[in-house]
Amino acid sequence: MEFDFENMATLMRSGIPHMAEVGLELLSMDEGGAVGKIPHREEFVGDPETGVVHGGIVTVLLDSLSGMCIIPLLGGMATTATLDLRIDYLKPAAPREDLFAKVHCYKLTRNIAFTRGVAYQSDIDDPIAHAAGSFMVTRS
Amino acid sequence: MKLKLSDGINAARKSGELQPFIQAVPYFRWLNLRAERLGDELITTMPYQDMLIGNPVLPALHGGVTGALLESAAMISLIGAMEEPILPRIINITVEYLRPGRAEDSFATGIVTKQGRRVANVRAMAWQGDRAKLIATASAHFMMT
Repeated sequence: MEFDFENMATLMRSGIPHMAEVGLELLSMDEGGAVGKIPHREEFVGDPETGVVHGGIVTVLLDSLSGMCIIPLLGGMATTATLDLRIDYLKPAAPREDLFAKVHCYKLTRNIAFTRGVAYQSDIDDPIAHAAGSFMVTRS
Repeated sequence: MKLKLSDGINAARKSGELQPFIQAVPYFRWLNLRAERLGDELITTMPYQDMLIGNPVLPALHGGVTGALLESAAMISLIGAMEEPILPRIINITVEYLRPGRAEDSFATGIVTKQGRRVANVRAMAWQGDRAKLIATASAHFMMT
């Protein structure tokens, strides 16, 4: 089965409740990686004195894209389950700005996928967080 | 009235009551988090909501929101254990996923493994009905200055 970006973007918008709830938009996705966005909302703020978002919403964005970026490489029916995800918070997020992330799978073996990527706001070269993940792959 | 985070942290330090701190954080309110003292522990509860689902087929909670619960519980347990009324800032967290989170309430707590002057190390664990069956664990560092 060929990977279809439009199907995947629609699935995220309407078929996965938590991704739909946070407004996660899939901007691009292919063998080179997945790019997505969570538009800013006041509900995501972790520090009301500065307006900076909570790390949890950054985790939701990076976890989502880390799992998804593997899909185009699998070229067929397969499922993934997260083993672990490490997130380094590199600098505070700027208040009231949208969050973006770009994640790619840098190594895929028969059973395991390894991913890494960044979360950023205005500049991908000045990221707010870095993520490294590993996933179990079950091919059917 | 806008709740101030520093007031919530001060209240937590004086009374040991963490709910004012949780109410001051919009993201915690959005997740409906609650914190309760149970003996020596601070247990953070994330009540089930349909919008937390990441896999509607199983169904299972979204892994990111399980990670968010662990990060929140780690911070809440750390604030409950602190001497100084400051807001710890997260440096990094590693979440290990052990089993899918089912469509039900989730619980988490943190253990402050090391509290230095500048950095604290916290281990956190999350479970649902049976505490012996953890759904995920985490290890996190927080900056304390």
